Amino acid sequence: MLLYDTLKDWLGNEWAWLISQAVSILLLIVVLLVMIAYILLADRKIWAAVQLRRGPNVVGAFGLLQSFADLFKFALKEAVIPAGANKVVFLLAPMITVTLALGAWAVVPMADGWVIADINVGILYIFAVSSLGVYGIIMGGWASNSKYPFLGALRSAAQMVSYEVSIGFVLITVLLWAGSLNLSEIVHQQALHGWNVFSILFPMFIIFFISALAETNRPPFDLPEAESELVAGYQVEYSSTPYLLFMLGEYVNIVLMCAMTTILFLGGWLPPLNIEIFNAVPGIVWFVIKVWIVFFMFAMVKAIVPRYRYDQLMRLGWKVFLPISLLWVVLVAGYLVSTGNFPVVGAS
Amino acid sequence: MAWLDRSARAIFLTDFIGGFVVGMKYFFKPKATINYPFEKGPLSPRFRGEHALRRYANGEERCIACKLCEAICPAQAITIEAEPRDDGSRRTTRYDIDMLKCIYCGFCQEACPVDAIVEGPNFEFAAETREELMYDKDKLLANGDRWEREIARNLELDAPYR
Amino acid sequence: MLILVAFYLFAAITIASAVMVVAARNPVHSVLFLILAFFSAAGLFMLAGAEFIAMILVIVYVGAVAVLFLFVVMMLDIDIAELRQGVLEYVPLGGLIGVIMLIELGMVLGVWAFAPEAASAIASPAAAGVQNTVALGRVIYSDYIYVFQACGLVLLVAMIGAIVLTLRERPGVRRQSIAKQVARRRADGVELKDVKPGQGL
Repeated sequence: MLLYDTLKDWLGNEWAWLISQAVSILLLIVVLLVMIAYILLADRKIWAAVQLRRGPNVVGAFGLLQSFADLFKFALKEAVIPAGANKVVFLLAPMITVTLALGAWAVVPMADGWVIADINVGILYIFAVSSLGVYGIIMGGWASNSKYPFLGALRSAAQMVSYEVSIGFVLITVLLWAGSLNLSEIVHQQALHGWNVFSILFPMFIIFFISALAETNRPPFDLPEAESELVAGYQVEYSSTPYLLFMLGEYVNIVLMCAMTTILFLGGWLPPLNIEIFNAVPGIVWFVIKVWIVFFMFAMVKAIVPRYRYDQLMRLGWKVFLPISLLWVVLVAGYLVSTGNFPVVGAS
Repeated sequence: MAWLDRSARAIFLTDFIGGFVVGMKYFFKPKATINYPFEKGPLSPRFRGEHALRRYANGEERCIACKLCEAICPAQAITIEAEPRDDGSRRTTRYDIDMLKCIYCGFCQEACPVDAIVEGPNFEFAAETREELMYDKDKLLANGDRWEREIARNLELDAPYR
Repeated sequence: MLILVAFYLFAAITIASAVMVVAARNPVHSVLFLILAFFSAAGLFMLAGAEFIAMILVIVYVGAVAVLFLFVVMMLDIDIAELRQGVLEYVPLGGLIGVIMLIELGMVLGVWAFAPEAASAIASPAAAGVQNTVALGRVIYSDYIYVFQACGLVLLVAMIGAIVLTLRERPGVRRQSIAKQVARRRADGVELKDVKPGQGL
């Protein structure tokens, strides 16, 4: 914003806007990717710790540079494209995955006003972009022209589409509660009546968390890449940089889901208690801390829960989560209508 | 009532919470991993690693070319050729072990009447080519000189049990 | 200026990908181009200030409907060369339909006139500060509530119809009851017997 104001004088509104947006996008992506590098490391470390292993600890102190070493390893390897593959779609798939995953971050408010595009339909945007994420997987699986990737892609697509339904209903309860589709506004509402976790929405928090696991193909719902039966799912034929992009997209999505959990239920950048010392800490710090806590739960789930079978997964999505979330939409709407306690948009 | 109890437990995710608690317990436990190249696990005195040909304290090689090890070797990894030396004692002119064939069963050191061929405590002798793993007499004697202290101590520790 | 650039970009992509939907040799490519067309159409909606419709377009058409399209097309074993053979036969018919539609469009555009209410609607700008989504919700859930509910009913009927058509009741099929499996305890299935030596059970 500061950049925008300085540029505005001698470039005109539009160009200043374009340049300042581009700079902030670049900044966000760089910070995000560095954070992802450490999230990946933390994932491996937590998983290892629960299994009494040490995890990566050779590259850099405590293995802090492991992710960067992996990055170079992937980038320098030879990219193998199978002879029978549909070359364009094969290479397009990982790019789409990573672009969409990063694109969703445009509307995520990291602190008060720290958002690239503060659009009114933020939730819908995130929902739309994450529903597009399935294309990267389907295209990758189909273009590989091989059996395991195709089966993995079908599984993955069915899984993502199923869990998107319950995520959609959870989002509806949240936006009913907040009275807005704008993510910043949802956080502001939580500043007024406390975090959504501690309200009637608590069960939705659980459902959202579990659905987020399924949506991002995390264990215990990592059926698309169930090593024991499908080798690595849709990623079988991928190597080198395309594989890196798939992995990157997956982790960007995971962090996005952590951020969404934080914003929708854990009060975004708000401090845990409304007291002077906590308020003095910048909002971004609270936001990042909360994202890390949610991610810790993601990683612990990976470590402690066994993988679901496919029919169990579908049952959980359609027969358990969908009715509960649907019921909760009715409950929340009924509560709001009966008490007349509608959230006032823009009150803060 | 049991049904109600179980349903309540399922709804409140008690399995998951219990699992989480167990997971956290293990999270803070001391790690089972050892930092291998920097830390090494304990080895038994009977550990059967890389072969070595030992010498007596006066520098004379122990092997008398009886070929018992060659005979007993189940993988036929050992090749020995022998001739009387100038001073009339019987010594090997060639003592080769194909480490790629060797199965590290330890029969050679059991068969040896003079404790000449032994399997030392060294297990880090990986090589980049096959040729490097075709050990000849010089290499084995060099190994013996290099590992003599450890080998002697291991033999001493193991002696009461033989 | 930027908005114009964005508009022409989205418009060009929409038209180009729409053409490619028809022209692509591989049916899967056709569907992928269709998705691109949907997506850029959403971009056009966005530029027009209808962000809610843009997002719904992406969620419903791209995120759900086109996925099913893609599934079906991917699973079909289509021989492209065989498919291509008969194309020329249909050119006269297709061309005829195209010409008729063009004439109709021309007629519609020729006698184009705004309804008197529409002019006033355009003239009155949306109330300042009212979001797109809020405005839509106000109209749909008040003025058009019955029509909206009827739409929902139509979809419900379609869904039930699809289920009825595909649901087969086969006798003698053993089904899994997960609740039963989960409810099973150790005591139900395991019994410890103290077997005396030499006696057996």
